[in-house]
Amino acid sequence: MTRLFPPDTINSRDMALLQAVQDGLPLVPEPYAELGDRLGMSEGEVLARFWLLQIRGVIKRFGVVVRHHELGYRANAMVVWDIPDAQVAAMGKRLGAAPFVTLCYQRPRRLPHWPYNLFTMIHGQDRDQVLQRVDELVAEHGLGNIALDVLFSRRRFKQRGARYGKTPVRRFDRSKGVGTA
Amino acid sequence: MSNVSMMLSDLDRRLLDEYQHDFPLEPQPFAALADELGVSEGKVLERLAYLKRFGALSRVGAVVRPNRIGASTLAALAVPPEDLEQVAEQVNAFSEVNHNYEREHHYNLWFVVTAEDRDQIDQVLAKIARVTGLQPLDLPMVEDYFIDLGFALKW
Repeated sequence: MTRLFPPDTINSRDMALLQAVQDGLPLVPEPYAELGDRLGMSEGEVLARFWLLQIRGVIKRFGVVVRHHELGYRANAMVVWDIPDAQVAAMGKRLGAAPFVTLCYQRPRRLPHWPYNLFTMIHGQDRDQVLQRVDELVAEHGLGNIALDVLFSRRRFKQRGARYGKTPVRRFDRSKGVGTA
Repeated sequence: MSNVSMMLSDLDRRLLDEYQHDFPLEPQPFAALADELGVSEGKVLERLAYLKRFGALSRVGAVVRPNRIGASTLAALAVPPEDLEQVAEQVNAFSEVNHNYEREHHYNLWFVVTAEDRDQIDQVLAKIARVTGLQPLDLPMVEDYFIDLGFALKW
């Protein structure tokens, strides 16, 4: 995809900002100003950087991130497909556009252990609904002859936003009015 | 619908459903939401804090496109079922691991490793192999075909 700004030009201030927001905006009236206080940036700089990071496609989405399981979507499966290499891009775009597919990545096969190259995540209120949606995808996109596997999730041992750096994020102590390491 | 969802007010549902992207980039974004929703800023902040505590809200923040900053991979281990909890704990102990799920498959433990660069990922995977005695599948993203518009919640 062509973008006005290359997405890989992230400087250290962008990185610091992304690290500071990885647990979300502080739930206070002026969250951008507070993030700026923690990082030694003005509120204007914080806003401008968030805006540019979105324009450049580094931030894919900025807003409310829900947890499906807690909202009643009790079943989710990673559905993996062995798509011929020549068709994987076209099929990836088609499956990624289905309304109940929430992730769609191409990944490498690792033969002989792992033959699948396209990964989709499908959420549903129960297992039957997830399986029904897999059937819909197979029928709609002519995937009847494609090997697939459905990996339902059982226990969640960990779920949180990604940590990109080794350095812990500086915490801002309102009472002292200064950042503390 | 599940009991969990029935505990949510209309305001909660609108907060979760309508602000998944294009969150206001202005000095007082929660006041902007409050204006649209016809409630006070304090009420918006109170409900978001409640939803976060209760678990329905992960965060109000950024979803970063994979591999645009740092490096990441999806990894899997085929763990003998009786060892699964112990191995899951060993994997969780790495700060570079940010998702870790049991899945129904021969490869039954799936986790995401995120680090500053690919070298560090290799080091983490090697350490995990050493600690667990199991060889992880390493499945880094080749291409992302999903356009993230958030998750449409059907109540």
